[in-house]
Amino acid sequence: MKGFKIVVLAKQVPDTRNVGKDAMKEDGTVNRAVLPAIFNPEDLNALELALRIKDQNPGTEITILTMGPPRAAEIIREAMYRGADKGILITDKRFAGSDTLATSYAISQAVKKINDYDVVIAGRQAIDGDTAQVGPQVAEKLAIPQITYAEELVSINDQKIVIKRRLENGIEVVSCPMPVLITVHSSAPECRPRNAKHLMKFKYAKTALELEEASPIEASLVSERKYLNIQIWTVDDIQADVEWLGLSGSPTKVKNIENVILQAKESKVLTASDGDMNTLVKELIENHTIG
Amino acid sequence: MRNVFVYCELDDNSVADVSLELLTKGKSLAQRLNCKLEAILIGHNFNGIEKQVFKYGVDVIHIADDKRLSPYTTLPHASIVCKLLEENEPQVVLFGASSVGRDLAPRVASARKCGLTADCTSLEIGDHFVKKDNKEYKDLLYQIRPAFGGNIIATIINPDMHPQMATVREGVMKMEVFDENYKGVINRLDVSKYTNDFDFVIEIIERHIEKSKVNLKGASIIVAGGYGVGSKENFKLLYKLAEVLGGEVGGSRAAVDAGYLEHERQIGQTGVTVRPKLYIACGISGAVQHRVGMDKAAMVISINNDPHAPISNIADYNIVGDLAVVIPKLIKYYKENSK
Repeated sequence: MKGFKIVVLAKQVPDTRNVGKDAMKEDGTVNRAVLPAIFNPEDLNALELALRIKDQNPGTEITILTMGPPRAAEIIREAMYRGADKGILITDKRFAGSDTLATSYAISQAVKKINDYDVVIAGRQAIDGDTAQVGPQVAEKLAIPQITYAEELVSINDQKIVIKRRLENGIEVVSCPMPVLITVHSSAPECRPRNAKHLMKFKYAKTALELEEASPIEASLVSERKYLNIQIWTVDDIQADVEWLGLSGSPTKVKNIENVILQAKESKVLTASDGDMNTLVKELIENHTIG
Repeated sequence: MRNVFVYCELDDNSVADVSLELLTKGKSLAQRLNCKLEAILIGHNFNGIEKQVFKYGVDVIHIADDKRLSPYTTLPHASIVCKLLEENEPQVVLFGASSVGRDLAPRVASARKCGLTADCTSLEIGDHFVKKDNKEYKDLLYQIRPAFGGNIIATIINPDMHPQMATVREGVMKMEVFDENYKGVINRLDVSKYTNDFDFVIEIIERHIEKSKVNLKGASIIVAGGYGVGSKENFKLLYKLAEVLGGEVGGSRAAVDAGYLEHERQIGQTGVTVRPKLYIACGISGAVQHRVGMDKAAMVISINNDPHAPISNIADYNIVGDLAVVIPKLIKYYKENSK
């Protein structure tokens, strides 16, 4: 068994689930600096699906691909600690301002450069946008089929992969020949934790940018052990047309951003006292809201 | 040409609610833009379906009918929609933000190289001026949605690369018949000219679709809980109150993410939009994404320890206190007074 070649698409996102009071600057823009950067949750479900394919099929190789600023290498290492084999970071200032269309173009160019793959797996959506667009858009640009909202790997063999999908009002089991792109739903199994062996192996994995600030010992370690090398690909490496990247490659523009100002409406403040509760319930029954 | 298109989802032999809501919105956009409203229907065996659709003010229905097109799979539907967009060059295309729409719309947007905004909570028509190029754009589609943790409301536009595409969740737009006797024309498509063999590589082996047991959209009383409820166990109190009042239980995304209740009970931008007579918000702080899903409730009661939670601004009654104290009292006095 030769195993499968899997590319997992992952994104480092600001943790919008725990937005504090200082998350917005006074001018109404997002203060990214104070938000912790995390591994997008559903991308971890995607990684787990890839790891399960690898468990069943020795020889499977998982490449983790992410696009973002240099610090996004953090999630590549995190994926390696959990069982991914290698990582590629696409980073370039010319990507800045990309919407989902431009992002999917850049990612698809990188996957084309990887060239040898059977399955591309991504989280259904990222919590900083919730659009769920990049997966299907990458599939379209690679001209391969897509299976969205995967919940479970049913089976995989040389001919086809069978996946159970979670729909809003039911499930569906589909079979598809490879190559295929799969997006994974949050109801899929959670990602396994870090593995001590992998952690030891990939502890010093670094990008070329990080190596510039690394100690000589770390640098020599990375140059000796090729697998510690997290590749960085730029616009030129993925042979992307800059016209289709960044702001120029993004059809959607933000016309306006408004801070949410709540218009206070006249409201009654009540305590939990028996008197207040009794009066409230009576009022609601009288005006036929309840009862 | 340059009309408004709506991709209509089929539910057995009827058009899904979300699509009828979008036809209603599409009609008002088309009137504002002084253009026609066209619907795309792809599936199999839908005799007489035009009767359901025309009355929403639809001028043209494009029908692709083939056994292989039902149930929905991505590729053939995407191929048909793409070719229709290429032939007709609409200015606006709307999809439901459903399992189908969110699978299909991005594939189409990528192929047509146009913009797509997900989960819009409002759609309007307006102009746009680019100072730098001294260029004025007339009558663009403003795609409005909360963004980034709900702290901001963003208006998105696609000035240059048309069509302008958006997805909208079920329940966000109102459903309203335009004219019972409205008649348009039907354009039956030759499916073989719109699809190719590769489009049918995905095979559906098994399919279980269940009508949701939870009916939040139709509930006149909703007891909703947030992260502040604290645990799945504590949610039992909310179920009890809902049962006594004859209501339904819902929750915020934070509560769903924390595993306190099922996803189908989520209210808000990425869940269900509700318009109940009474909305009781328990331990819900009231982020924008939640509020856009419930702010059309006729009356809002908030129960919260924090008197300054954002929800207090839109609540008619703010009960400051513990759920564990307040809810049993509400139940008690309801039982006493309703007799």
